[in-house]
Amino acid sequence: MTEERRVRVVLVDDHRMFRTGVQAEIGETERTGVDVVGEAADVDQAVTVVTATRPDVVLLDVHLPGGGGVEVLKRCAPLMSDATQPVRFLALSVSDAAEDVIGVIRGGARGYVTKTITGPDLVNSIFRVADGDAVFSPRLAGFVLDAFASTDAPPVDEDLDRLTQREREVLRLIARGYAYKEVAKQLYISVKTVESHVSAVLRKLQLSNRHELTRWATARRLV
Amino acid sequence: MPAASTSPTSGASGVPGASFFTTPDPADPPVRRLYRSSEGRMVGGVARGLAGHLSLPVAWVRVVFVVLATIQGLGILLYAIFWFVVPLGVGGVNLTPAEAKEPRDARSWLAGRRPDKGQIVALIAVACGFAILIDSLNLGRANTYVWPLLIIGLGVALVWRQADNSRRARWAEMSRRSRLLPLARGAAGVILVGIGVTGFLVVQGSASHIGVILQAALAVLVGVALITGPYLVRMTQDLSAERRERIRAQERAEVAAHVHDSVLHTLTLIQRHADDPREVAKLARAQERELRAWLYRPEGDGRDDVPSTLAEAVRLAAAEVEDAHGVPVEVVCVGDCPLDERLGAQIQAAREAMVNAAKYGGDEPVQVYAEVEEHKVFVSVRDRGPGFDLDSVPDDRMGVRESIIGRMKRNGGEARLRPAPGGGTEVELEMERSTT
Repeated sequence: MTEERRVRVVLVDDHRMFRTGVQAEIGETERTGVDVVGEAADVDQAVTVVTATRPDVVLLDVHLPGGGGVEVLKRCAPLMSDATQPVRFLALSVSDAAEDVIGVIRGGARGYVTKTITGPDLVNSIFRVADGDAVFSPRLAGFVLDAFASTDAPPVDEDLDRLTQREREVLRLIARGYAYKEVAKQLYISVKTVESHVSAVLRKLQLSNRHELTRWATARRLV
Repeated sequence: MPAASTSPTSGASGVPGASFFTTPDPADPPVRRLYRSSEGRMVGGVARGLAGHLSLPVAWVRVVFVVLATIQGLGILLYAIFWFVVPLGVGGVNLTPAEAKEPRDARSWLAGRRPDKGQIVALIAVACGFAILIDSLNLGRANTYVWPLLIIGLGVALVWRQADNSRRARWAEMSRRSRLLPLARGAAGVILVGIGVTGFLVVQGSASHIGVILQAALAVLVGVALITGPYLVRMTQDLSAERRERIRAQERAEVAAHVHDSVLHTLTLIQRHADDPREVAKLARAQERELRAWLYRPEGDGRDDVPSTLAEAVRLAAAEVEDAHGVPVEVVCVGDCPLDERLGAQIQAAREAMVNAAKYGGDEPVQVYAEVEEHKVFVSVRDRGPGFDLDSVPDDRMGVRESIIGRMKRNGGEARLRPAPGGGTEVELEMERSTT
């Protein structure tokens, strides 16, 4: 974060203690380049604050009073698709339940990290999301592999319902705990290529109407 | 603890099978209460229940009832009274040894609810038999009342039996299987009674007044409903409210017990170890894992069970290593399959790799990844420690060579150790899946 970039961030979480903690870890603008411009504790507040401040990135808790993170995503959909200054969402949660994770990603979040993430990693992820890239934690990569792995039903849309060999390889390495840089090194490709693969997977995950994907997400309760 | 609490329904449904096959110990007779038998009954289970109570063969009791029935229908009346008064029992039926050995009953028990249909047929057959019998007796004028009475009796028997069935269904949780059939049976019973009553009136020659009678009956019914309706409604509401309250209280108690046993306990321990960050992290991590397992645990999944699938086994191994060495182990599993001997060996090797990673890999989390593919199972264990060179490890150091590489080779798998890009070591374990 040496570059002179500033990313404007809104924190959405119903636990004040957690917001304070995150603020303390990433909020020193001079050091991290992250500028926390607003906070919200429930869905209505979140929508108001996000609409008013138009941040680059929203750190969104999955479980929120008033409908949860998915509701915020639904109501902020126009802001996400804004051509000039889109608002991007990074989901942040203690929950590792598959339906939560897949739910917010399909709702439009650009990534998912757990609250155990370290400060520097979180800052890193925020910048990555601000750049329009996707942020996959190992666990999310695992879920996605799992969701796309079951091939007993024929794909409805060949393009959206299957992962390419390369995407699969990338996801597998992420699930094994590799950082993007390490994935690139391992596969002899550039970090940019890794990012584009991950973004492609994210797009598939959001757009695929694959019956199985939704069924999988609701039927499965993984820890 | 949740594991210890068993639901009352499952406990009750587990009993009848056992009590049916095991004859009670004669030296220690339990308190004997009269119940109607819910198993192997012909009509209402009265005869069987009585037989069990009096330690007589059920056939005798049935014969007595039939004989009594020929005396002005006394047997039928008695039977009806017993049916009405004596509760249906599941575990309380005392069967004589001869009874318990009777093969037909054992078979019908094993066949589940199939005999029910046969019993309905038997019921109808008995009714028809009586009809023919009484018809041939030629009782003169009274004869005309017999048919309506029989139809009423049949209808009442059907409805009562239905009440029995729904009670039994609640014990055995069978009601979900078909909701329509019981309803249809109940309706059939009501219709039969209605036809019988109408027939009665017609036979009596008061058919011309039937409109008036029906009106009067309706008026009385409406009156009764108006008077008792609110009470009944309130009673059922109170009952369900109370039940809901009780369930809620039970749940709250379970949560409280869990929080007390685990979370509060851990918080206390954390306060005591406040000066030892490593220990605190370890405690918090273990507690988090346990709480997560409890919150998201699939129904009926015991915590201390022996793992039966690969993913469970990997998670368990990771949890053990985490607890023993205080280094976070993050597990990602893709797919799952049942555990067999070779996969068990793979887990053992993976566990060894996790231990190594936790010991020498520094404080960074250990990443474990397990994927079940079509033909093989792949497990990788990765740390971010200083890394080590296998060739520089002396041969007498058994750890890596024996327990990881050797173990995998012996079981027909493959193990690779290599420095991971970006630092640290990665152990990759591959095992063919048995093609069963």
